[in-house]
Amino acid sequence: MIKVPGCPPIGEVMAGVIVYVLAFGRLPQLDGLGRPKAFYAKRVHDSCYRRPFYDAGLFVESWDDESAKRGHCLYKMGCRGPVTYNACGITRWNDGVSYPIQSGHGCIGCSEESFWDNGPFYRHLASFPGFGIETTADKIGTVVGAVTVGGMAAHAISTNIRKRKLIKDKIEENNQKADKEEGGK
Amino acid sequence: MAKRIVVDPITRIEGHLRIEAEVKNGKIADAYSSGTMVRGFEIILKGRDPRDAWAFTERACGVCTTVHALASVRCVENALGVAVPPNAELIRNLMFCAQYLQDHVVHFYHLHALDWVDVVSSLKANPTETARIAQSISNWPKSSPKYFSDVQNRIKTFVESGQLGIFANAYWGHPAYKLPPEVNLIGVAHYLEALDWQKEIVKVHTIFGGKNPHPNYLVGGAPCSLDQDDSSAINAERLAFVGTLIDQALEFVEQVYIPDLMAIASFYKDWFSIGGGLKNYLVYGDLPVSGYNDPSNFKFPRGAILNRNLNEIHEVKGDDPDQVREYVTHSWYKYQNGDDKALHPWVGETEFNYTGPKPPYENLNVDGKYSWLKTPRWKDNPMEVGPLARLLVAYGSGRDDVKEVITEALGKLNAPVTALFSTLGRTAARGLETRLVAHWMKEFYGMLLSNIKNGDTRTFNKEKWEPKTWTTEAKGVGLSEAPRGALAHWIVIKDEKIENYQLVVPSTWNASPRDLNGNQSAYEASLMETPMANADQPLEILRTIHSFDPCIACAVHLYDPKGKHINQVSIS
Repeated sequence: MIKVPGCPPIGEVMAGVIVYVLAFGRLPQLDGLGRPKAFYAKRVHDSCYRRPFYDAGLFVESWDDESAKRGHCLYKMGCRGPVTYNACGITRWNDGVSYPIQSGHGCIGCSEESFWDNGPFYRHLASFPGFGIETTADKIGTVVGAVTVGGMAAHAISTNIRKRKLIKDKIEENNQKADKEEGGK
Repeated sequence: MAKRIVVDPITRIEGHLRIEAEVKNGKIADAYSSGTMVRGFEIILKGRDPRDAWAFTERACGVCTTVHALASVRCVENALGVAVPPNAELIRNLMFCAQYLQDHVVHFYHLHALDWVDVVSSLKANPTETARIAQSISNWPKSSPKYFSDVQNRIKTFVESGQLGIFANAYWGHPAYKLPPEVNLIGVAHYLEALDWQKEIVKVHTIFGGKNPHPNYLVGGAPCSLDQDDSSAINAERLAFVGTLIDQALEFVEQVYIPDLMAIASFYKDWFSIGGGLKNYLVYGDLPVSGYNDPSNFKFPRGAILNRNLNEIHEVKGDDPDQVREYVTHSWYKYQNGDDKALHPWVGETEFNYTGPKPPYENLNVDGKYSWLKTPRWKDNPMEVGPLARLLVAYGSGRDDVKEVITEALGKLNAPVTALFSTLGRTAARGLETRLVAHWMKEFYGMLLSNIKNGDTRTFNKEKWEPKTWTTEAKGVGLSEAPRGALAHWIVIKDEKIENYQLVVPSTWNASPRDLNGNQSAYEASLMETPMANADQPLEILRTIHSFDPCIACAVHLYDPKGKHINQVSIS
């Protein structure tokens, strides 16, 4: 069985899965949860065009504030991008016009199992069990150089130092967990 | 002897609806409407953050998406006493209008037209004659003989392969189909065009709300920011995109939908005297021009009409405990203090009590409980809601723009205003309000641009965002007009959480079972006395029921105790 989760799933993704089966005469590669890897292998966070602002520690602090207008990261507003596997950031919605984050609202994680009970939607993620791990975060060490706005740089650097520590711990924890799971198979 | 016919499910709707009708001497002598699936959002919402409720309720349905989100944010804002900035109101209005345009066009062509348009007959059409007729009713540029013969060939391929596909399920050749083959062909051609167009107009939702279905809303405003000088906000490029979509919508509605509606209606004028049903109409009103708290300036005025008296518009109040109340006498629910009571939604209860037969069954026990829909009443009166109700209340309120559109259309069809109280009147009202909405949308767009030009870009009021700013207890009601009619959400907030939440949706008003006193609701009443050409092919029932645009998904919804959908479709 192929699972194409989402509430609803992206139309183009649904079409893509059907076209895959028709064109190649077999099922697409699936992940452990039965989702086609072509669309669900990456977290919304990994393909988010606002990701550089997360890495730089620039966040929307309140709806419609200056950061919101500049398109900064919605993590603090409850965005579930870091724990949601979907193609929203790449395929986008309705012929690629936009996706929730691009239109200013955080991802509510609608393609994740029982997403409605992973709330409330506006509390930011760190306080949640199952907080995702920055699997690609090891690449971001040099991000500070990207921060050009003088006034924000100091804040960004300190945020990054804290965050990189957190990320490092999480990666180690995750690796240990993965090793265990691997061993159990 | 009376013959009981059952239509279950009624197709080309959203959701699950069952109609049982008794036919005597070729006419419907009695009718029962049943929602055969349960919803239960009220239960799901208890204990949650009120600011999250829009995202849950919006998902009641993917067809009229957005409407429950709007009613939801309004009820929370009403409870918290927060007004949204003018731009947020305008963005909501633009999304509202886009919803109407898409929903009404899809309803007309894809859910309702095939009750009037015989697809198979269109194969007999002469493409040159079809083009002549099409050009005589509209200047839509696609109406060439070559275009219509291409469409005809596409349909021919379907029919010859034995795969009617989207056109498979209908009573083709039924004697109640009256259109000449050429008009049928125009209908089919535009059915296909409308499929393409409808996916464009919803991009207004994608721009402001990030996706469709289920774009994002926000308590206190709109989640998107406006900034003409930033690439990340709603800027000139995004706004121009919206402008183009509105212009395309205006063209489609004025040059395709309205001419088709008028042409088809002219062949079915007998349906101006069938299917009238109830004589009472309820409208909460919507499309605020100067804020949600000033209903006198809504484009769709608020009000109620009793006994078809258009000269008196009654005041409607969502917070009056004696106005909107729900019965469960014939619904599969149980009220703590007895099922003979009617409860205002603020004290509404949702406790399931299924007493119906075990499926599969032949007939429902209509003397007892027979539906998952409750029975709402306004001051104890059954009310019809929807496009017809909206236009009648606007007409009765003396709105010139609405009057003009109605008068022009009825003039062309040579019919009096009273002809609107009918199946065809309902279908015409939907088209006419689509026309109004398209023009209003353009107005709202101009207002938004003008605000930005004057330096007002605010889209959010943060006064009451943080729960610590809330009172311990608060009650709110959010009134709106879904495409299918009056929609309201009622909320009781206690200690920052949802204590009670009740949705009373348009199809509950229209499709509900009888009340305590045995009074029928709109669907049942509208079917009475309908002549039936052939009881085994109840096309006439479909015409009248479809004229309401049933959307039972938001009236009923089925989940198992773990919150999973019972129905699953799988391929492997």
